[in-house]
Amino acid sequence: MTAAVPWWGAAWRQFRLERRMFWRNPSAAFFGVLLPLGLLAIFGAVFAGRDEDLDVIVPGIAGMSVMSATFTSLAYNLTTLRERGILKRLRGTPMPTSAYLAGLAGNAVANAALQLVIVILAGHFILGVEWPRDWGSMLTFAAAGVVCFTFLGVALAHAIPNPESAPAYVNAVFLPQILIAGVFYDADEAPQIVRDIAQALPLTHLVEGLSGAMIDGESVATNAVSLLILGLWGLAGAVLAVRGFSWEARRDQ
Amino acid sequence: MMGTMTSGVPAIEVTGLSKAYGSLAALRGVDFTVARGEVFGLLGPNGAGKTSCVEVLEGYRDRDSGEVRVLGLDPKDRALRARVGIVLQSCGTYPHLTVRETVAHWAGMYPRPRQVSEVLALAGLDDCADRRARTLSGGQARRLDFALALVGDPELIFLDEPTTGFDPAARRAAWDVIRALRDLGKTVVLTTHYLDEAQALADRVAILQDGLILAEGPPDQLGASRYRVAWRASDGTLEERFTEDPTALLHELTADALARGETLEDLSVTRPSLEDVYLELTEAVA
Repeated sequence: MTAAVPWWGAAWRQFRLERRMFWRNPSAAFFGVLLPLGLLAIFGAVFAGRDEDLDVIVPGIAGMSVMSATFTSLAYNLTTLRERGILKRLRGTPMPTSAYLAGLAGNAVANAALQLVIVILAGHFILGVEWPRDWGSMLTFAAAGVVCFTFLGVALAHAIPNPESAPAYVNAVFLPQILIAGVFYDADEAPQIVRDIAQALPLTHLVEGLSGAMIDGESVATNAVSLLILGLWGLAGAVLAVRGFSWEARRDQ
Repeated sequence: MMGTMTSGVPAIEVTGLSKAYGSLAALRGVDFTVARGEVFGLLGPNGAGKTSCVEVLEGYRDRDSGEVRVLGLDPKDRALRARVGIVLQSCGTYPHLTVRETVAHWAGMYPRPRQVSEVLALAGLDDCADRRARTLSGGQARRLDFALALVGDPELIFLDEPTTGFDPAARRAAWDVIRALRDLGKTVVLTTHYLDEAQALADRVAILQDGLILAEGPPDQLGASRYRVAWRASDGTLEERFTEDPTALLHELTADALARGETLEDLSVTRPSLEDVYLELTEAVA
């Protein structure tokens, strides 16, 4: 009876809207753009001239940026959207669910890409780190990291009861991981128990893959195990993300 | 304009609708029908089951049993989303978008949206169209709710307690919007616990209490067969009696009074207001 709005059109419009809202929200724009730059600047100053350490933190902060752009922001945003009732309101419109989620995830992917570009450019021009040596391998790991942490971020949002407690939940997962995953120092120097725990976590493998590709020029095949572990985390995240999804605020259920 | 192939079907048909949350029965066999173009009021105290009922009709909740058709379709049918507008009880919008941007984005979700400027005017949002949503007052935010429910040019609109928490001026403004919707030929289903709101807006009301419909009909005819006869007794106390036949009762009362040589002070015969009916019905159950 009525022509539906095309799926791609709906997803694209939602993506454009999310981009516009991202730039209008000062704190989101700050964390999205200035935080990775600021961290690079601080660690660049601390490790000035120590190429070995700079080679650790550039891929490390690249991996952290992928995680914060997807996992952290989606977990926080989805909780807020759900508890404010925006998700419920959208559910009452003809916009296809998958188009909406694609637009939302597309925004996170765009932020991850933006931050990756910033980190690589700043790493090269400010800290003097070489250009990534294996671009294909780096992009493969970045893409795997984006998919994995997007699903995990959506999954975590289901566990967060309200926006006020979202930072606590997100940081409880995010902070320990960036500390032990080798973002800021070479993970090989950590005690064995910490390394064992870190080996089970996805960020460690994202940083390992990025580091291998960017610094050592290692191919995807060399770090295939890391890619597999990222994939497994992504799969678990996808299952939890779909199963736990709720359009309605906790208080309404 | 609105789907000739389904125009003969009532907007809403509900038969034997039941819904429980765990052991708590929210709806216990509700029946009602809403005709096309009608403003239908679902009236009842807080916790009566009004929101459960409309959320089943809006497709948000599964029903446990009963038949429900909305515009001839099952309420869960996604095809309904383009034909139904929903104003939820409390629901946010994007804080960083302006009113106009929000309405324009919503317009893009629908196959045949109304003009954004026309919707802003209809909802009374012209003055704050370029303000960010997070700066709106409660009344303005509610008007934005209306605008978002209208922009898809729906045939049927659900309004769940549209004026709760409003000051009197904001309520009047919201009432004007609802009247404008009726004038556009829309079907409106309105839940409220304000009797004057139901009386002012609804063509028909159903009174819901504890998951059951206690009475249904046009607001000025509900309980119309019962008259209240009141007078002041010789000791000064106020007496009242309810009757379906005031003529006989008055004859009896006045005859007795005359026989005793008294007068019936403050004698009055009134048809009960919606409020009287409502209080009588809901108190009887409670």
